[in-house]
Amino acid sequence: MKLSKGLFGDLYLKMVQTRNFEETAARLFVEGKVHGTAHFCIGEEATGVGVCSALEKEDMITQTHRGHNQAIGRGMDLKRMMAEFLGKETGYCKGKGGCMHIADFSVGSLGANGVVGGGIPVATGAALSQKYFKKSNITVCFFGDGATNEGAFHESLNLASVWKLPVLFVCTNNYYGMSTHISKSMNITDIASRAASYGMKGITVDGNDILAIYEETLKAREYILKNGPLFMVLNTYRWMGHSKSDSQVYRTKEEVNEWKLKCPIKRFREYLIKEKIFTEAEIGAFDKKAQDDVAAAVDFANASPEPKIENIFDDVYADGDMRTQKPKNGFVL
Amino acid sequence: MREISYAEAIKEAMSEEMRKDNRIILMGEDVAVYGGAFGVSRGMFEEFGDERVRDTPISELGFTGCAVGAAMTGLIPIVEIMFSDFITLALEQLVNQGAKNRFQFGGQGSVPMVLRAPGGSGTGAAEQHSQSMESWVCNVPGLKVVIPSTPYDAKGLLKSAIYDPNPVVFLEQKLLYRVKGPVPEPGDDYTVPLGKADVKREGRDITIITYGRMVPRCLKVAEKLAAKGTDVEVVDVRSLVPMDKKTLIASAKKTGKVLIVHEACQTGGFGGEIAAVIADSEAFFYLDAPIRRLGGLDVPIPYNPKLEAQVVPTEEKITAAIESLL
Repeated sequence: MKLSKGLFGDLYLKMVQTRNFEETAARLFVEGKVHGTAHFCIGEEATGVGVCSALEKEDMITQTHRGHNQAIGRGMDLKRMMAEFLGKETGYCKGKGGCMHIADFSVGSLGANGVVGGGIPVATGAALSQKYFKKSNITVCFFGDGATNEGAFHESLNLASVWKLPVLFVCTNNYYGMSTHISKSMNITDIASRAASYGMKGITVDGNDILAIYEETLKAREYILKNGPLFMVLNTYRWMGHSKSDSQVYRTKEEVNEWKLKCPIKRFREYLIKEKIFTEAEIGAFDKKAQDDVAAAVDFANASPEPKIENIFDDVYADGDMRTQKPKNGFVL
Repeated sequence: MREISYAEAIKEAMSEEMRKDNRIILMGEDVAVYGGAFGVSRGMFEEFGDERVRDTPISELGFTGCAVGAAMTGLIPIVEIMFSDFITLALEQLVNQGAKNRFQFGGQGSVPMVLRAPGGSGTGAAEQHSQSMESWVCNVPGLKVVIPSTPYDAKGLLKSAIYDPNPVVFLEQKLLYRVKGPVPEPGDDYTVPLGKADVKREGRDITIITYGRMVPRCLKVAEKLAAKGTDVEVVDVRSLVPMDKKTLIASAKKTGKVLIVHEACQTGGFGGEIAAVIADSEAFFYLDAPIRRLGGLDVPIPYNPKLEAQVVPTEEKITAAIESLL
């Protein structure tokens, strides 16, 4: 176990950066600077940050459209993320992907997906490459509770288990697929038990306990490199609506407030102070840094140019010939 | 030149390149021990083993998506879908993940994969194992689409498709699998580039633009009409996306008359695209007749062999269409 003061600080900072980033993005949305839609993971910060912090440099991840915690956890650059939110040329996707398609191949993020369950088969393919090229690495595949009803989920768990691929399937269970509670969309709401159909181990972890998530991911990584895929369910809750147009008529304020009391950031902050790992002042410094980083990201995004229609055909097709294209960072670029 | 079958030509393309480049793998239902439903990969499992020639579970969406992820991360997967009709099961991964990947992630990566699938009618396999899927995939920016009509083209185009850094849908014609044709010796490392049409027969009086299984059929009609004094030019599109508009337009300009023939249903078929390209080019001013399309009837492929033969362009229908334009 690599529990150090540095790690504790990193986990805390990344969660606060995520919270700040999303609150800021929500405000920009209201101001009309972010268009389209946005899916916020406020309340779920521990999931992506906890899992990604336990990974090695050459591990890979596939993300969801509610995955800013995953992106920041993996070490993506806030500036380029915010620029993508604002549709700017300096964004991760040159302003063409937007907040649902944040990706950074250089840190092993194969991208966020707008399709529920869309990244699950892709993750098995990344894991196939890792196994084929004999790397001691894994691919983490994030998806939500709703995705476990998609064919892509079942086909991919089956394929990964038959081929013993190094995949950690991570279900961020926030109990609702948009407005539909899991009790209405599956008869067995113990989602981890679905792994049994594929001869796979399924575990459930408190999705608001970042240390538990971090430790379970470390263990899972070891297990997967020896035995093949594993399924991990993280029970958590999204505080906000599904997207910007959600009036949230399907749940009660009491339920939301109950979960707000279980805030993963507040909980970790209290732990850090109680265990005397950080002082109030040190925690305050992290909070301030997160705020400053996000503010700098907004400034960067605001100052960045819009993409030009002249370049619209860029990247529809890749040029060149695979005979002469060599992989870079394990990726074909 | 030696003669080998269309199926053998496809296998040679895969095997020759797999010997040279260990990034290339083949995956699909029953491609390994069984050798593929149509026997295309027979012997490859014995040569390359189960790491490189992989039987998949029957889960088109899952294994096509797996190929997308593998292609993003260093492999060059060739995926076989047993019948092109089942591309429908894999469309989400092919279209929303594979095709859009490079564009939506701002050019960070690429998806060098080939999706091979046999299409077309004529085998008595009825509605769900006989359709022609090219229009479905030609409407997706990011995909390339190829349909070879000869063993020579099949081998050369597949080699180009394997090394293309984009997802290429390689639609094979199941009725051509056993047809033999001249192909250079294995040592001759020729390729056929994507995006190049081929004038399969030169003629003066009328142009037929076609592809796939209809190429040999149109050539047959052209030979019969030659005896009657009509000189038909037959142009094989070969690569639908990217399409070699230049060659098609030049032929239309030369003969002044165009008939487009394909097996897929006429409504929304790729023939409409070809017709529009010619109508909207300088060839328009050289046309002496309307551009005519002859596609399949707008019906699913029926089982009864007499019906099945009649719902796609027959020699008689092609001949009648040509005569109506002369």
